[in-house]
Amino acid sequence: MHLLAYGTAAVGLAAAVLASSAGAQSPVVGDARRGEQLYQSRCGACHSLDANRVGPRHRGVVGRRVASVSGYRYSAALQARAFVWDEPRLDQWLENPTALVPGTAMGMRVPKAQDRADIIAYLRDQRLASP
Amino acid sequence: MNDAHHGLRMRRHLLRGGAATLTVAGITALLGSRGAALAQKRNANAAQDVGLLNAAIALEHEGIAAYTIAAGSGLLQPAVVKIGVTFRGHHQRHRDELVRAVTALGGRPAAARSDAEYATALNAGALKNQTDVLRLALRLERGAANAYLGLIPSLSTAEQHQLAARMAGDEAFHAAILGNAVGDPIPADGLMFGA
Repeated sequence: MHLLAYGTAAVGLAAAVLASSAGAQSPVVGDARRGEQLYQSRCGACHSLDANRVGPRHRGVVGRRVASVSGYRYSAALQARAFVWDEPRLDQWLENPTALVPGTAMGMRVPKAQDRADIIAYLRDQRLASP
Repeated sequence: MNDAHHGLRMRRHLLRGGAATLTVAGITALLGSRGAALAQKRNANAAQDVGLLNAAIALEHEGIAAYTIAAGSGLLQPAVVKIGVTFRGHHQRHRDELVRAVTALGGRPAAARSDAEYATALNAGALKNQTDVLRLALRLERGAANAYLGLIPSLSTAEQHQLAARMAGDEAFHAAILGNAVGDPIPADGLMFGA
């Protein structure tokens, strides 16, 4: 019984340590208002919400299938992928796009996690109008 | 020396010779595969750089078109048109340098779209006065400075890093002039681009 109790305590302690370390890496909470300014200054040279420019239009990007905007010519590297732009994927993309999708034409990196979270929070709010 | 001893020496000799032969062959194969891997990596880097630099060419095409559209809009004072045409010349120089870099890597440079397509994409129809035009130009130039700085870590050679940094410098210069023209305050903090 004693051994079992010690074993249980050890497992509980290990779980607490793991939970604590996972908590240290929990996602950064984004600020959409700051994200709008960052979007203009970091992304605005190539992207708009509603027009395809150097890059594809961004309205509705969160939850959209990769390489699926009509009228935009994607790189072969992106066309070959099949994922959905969820928030963790966008975070990876903004941190280092050529690491996520080698061969992409997008090379702009956003190194700070808070900046990425803010930009993603802004994009999450830019939904497509209901039909 | 008896036959058994001689036979043993012969076997050792053959084994050593064989081992030496295998070692040379192994090294040759190793070097060959390493060389092939390096060549493959170089090619992959070059292909990646072509894609990234072509996106920069597309950015410069749009910038050139934006200044052309602005100059012909009738919304700008002559002195402002003159500055805009000078800035357009800087972007044409950027485009030419990027085209040279892409061609040197064996790629095909991105082609420009029509000015009408750029006007639509930039929503130029919504511009009503000189301040609107200057604000749009400022937004594009500030974004371009950040785009080039953000691109640097993704490019594979020091030559390309320097090229992108030089372009970023020009875009920051344009942004400073335009910011002054529209009356934006001087930023209080340093490191105002690329973070």
